[in-house]
Amino acid sequence: MAADGGVLPETAQVHWRPRVDERRLRLFARLWTLTTLAHVVPFLGVAALLLWLDPVTLPVALAAVAHAWVIPELYAKRGADVVRRKTRRGDRRPTEEAERVSAGLLGDLVGHEAREVHAATGLVPERGTLGVWVVGEAGALLVRPGGRRVHCWCVRVDDPRLPTGDRIAHLLLALRTDEAGFATVANQTFSGAPWRVRRRLPPEMRPALDAGRALAASDPRYSTAR
Amino acid sequence: MSRLVRMDHTGHTTLAEWTADDPGAVERAVAAFREQLDNGYFAMVSTGEGHAEQVRELPLDAPLVIMRLPISGG
Repeated sequence: MAADGGVLPETAQVHWRPRVDERRLRLFARLWTLTTLAHVVPFLGVAALLLWLDPVTLPVALAAVAHAWVIPELYAKRGADVVRRKTRRGDRRPTEEAERVSAGLLGDLVGHEAREVHAATGLVPERGTLGVWVVGEAGALLVRPGGRRVHCWCVRVDDPRLPTGDRIAHLLLALRTDEAGFATVANQTFSGAPWRVRRRLPPEMRPALDAGRALAASDPRYSTAR
Repeated sequence: MSRLVRMDHTGHTTLAEWTADDPGAVERAVAAFREQLDNGYFAMVSTGEGHAEQVRELPLDAPLVIMRLPISGG
């Protein structure tokens, strides 16, 4: 009955990508940290050097410090944007009835706790083996065990007329079928500290990330994965 | 009563309902199922909390079979 041993069929479209696993996630995390340092350290170094050479260069030094601050912030914003609600207009905008029906189907797929989080934030928390996922209509956040790092993934179903609940349900079902395949198909947009993503999220969505972090920090299933 | 639903722009559409002891309903459900596969949909069934499975044949004993579209990296 099952197809291909539980491998997500969409992975065939990205056959050149190695499957995401624990080792690759740790590698992604280190590379993102190194990339951030490579952006920040030179600007801070320039700022310090300028001030050491001549304090009159203070405005230029401050501009360099601003760059060191802004660049990681832009990356974090890019990460948070994957779960923001998408604005759709005209015939791409689902009817209220379609939104209601799709929310009902999504509600049937998740437990009481996740239903409540979805009603309040528009996002659905889902426990996985790689961590706790927080799934939106066009992407997902993966809070790693311990809750100290989040990976942001851009992934969507390619039908603009689908209502929000169905878009999330598509991602949720794919995630539940093959978590590693889901992360392989998705494009990673950010990896870093959850607080950096959180402050770039709309306020109403922040409790979903908080719930994901709390689960990732407290659920016993993640205690051996840290 | 088992149901075959497709997620679409209406929220979802029920394509077929059947019970295993109704051959006519099963036949119609299998035909609807295959038509959706031919249209590029994937069929999913829940297999417990947090788990789902893709199927290529209609599982007659599943209470709910959901047809979904492929996903891709954004």
